[in-house]
Amino acid sequence: MLQLLAQTGPGEFAEGLRAIGAGLAYGLAAIGPGVGIGLVVGNAISAMARQPESAGMVRTTMFLGIAFTEALALIGFVVFILLQP
Amino acid sequence: MNLLAIDFPPVNHLFDWPSILFEGTPFAVNKTVLIYLGSIIVTMVLFVLAGRQNETLVPRGVAHVAESGVNFVESSIVMQTMGADGKRFIPFLTTMFFFLLFSNITEVIPFIQFPANSRMAMPITLALLVWLIYNVVGVRSQGFFGYLKNSLFPPGVPKVLYLIVTPIELVSTFVVRPFSLAVRLWANMVAGHLLLVTFAVLSATMWAAGGLGFGGALFLSFPMLILMTGFEILVSVLQAFIFTILTAVYIAGSMHPEH
Repeated sequence: MLQLLAQTGPGEFAEGLRAIGAGLAYGLAAIGPGVGIGLVVGNAISAMARQPESAGMVRTTMFLGIAFTEALALIGFVVFILLQP
Repeated sequence: MNLLAIDFPPVNHLFDWPSILFEGTPFAVNKTVLIYLGSIIVTMVLFVLAGRQNETLVPRGVAHVAESGVNFVESSIVMQTMGADGKRFIPFLTTMFFFLLFSNITEVIPFIQFPANSRMAMPITLALLVWLIYNVVGVRSQGFFGYLKNSLFPPGVPKVLYLIVTPIELVSTFVVRPFSLAVRLWANMVAGHLLLVTFAVLSATMWAAGGLGFGGALFLSFPMLILMTGFEILVSVLQAFIFTILTAVYIAGSMHPEH
């Protein structure tokens, strides 16, 4: 393992770190919005089940909530693409 | 058999298209521009044909599609967010919805298979247009200082908190909004295109590898590709819808301030 590390040039090491950073950026950015979208949709479903006649309004608001929550994950995805070598 | 030696193309190759016409000038035409021109023409033809049809009780064909589109925008976007005052924005919102829908849906149309909105140019232009519109609407309906006061000093907040709230509102209303609106559409389309390319490349490579790869391509990656294509149809429609409804929400926010 140490021999393998000794063989890599300095540029390769930086590139590897970059790839790890890109992966971590997306992975970490997806945690919060994942939980958030789950909460939004779960509560929208329970609202629709309680009051089926308001399903149309709830659905529209649910998509709005998803769109706002999702933006954070998408920014993480953009950072992931920007960090590609 | 080398299942793991997959030649995935670099990300830039998937989104950069060579110019076809007028190369080297600012008016260079490539695949993205052609898709945009195509969706402009399809949108215009749809509504012109629908408008030329004589008014009947039951619309048929093209008019039916156009009328249900207008109806959809009116009942589930405008009436939900702006109310009856917002009816003058129906033409703008409907046109934008159909244009975005047609330029997104090329993602899954065979032989085109490229979502034009995965290039940042058109999303950011439309988002800046929306930014201009909601600011103009806000200034016209509340006056310049009234609009600034209502958007920077939201009522019902304790006085001390304005120290924190005002800078946040300034940045989020006037800077982040158009940016996040554009990034939401663009990044969704990029992600969808990358997803489809990944499964297509995986299927082709596994099929070419033979042996166990045949089974893998036939039962794992190709069904997944079909599933993802269906999912991307949903995403294309949903992103056009979300862009339009967020535009309506922003315009509604500057038309009717919170009391």
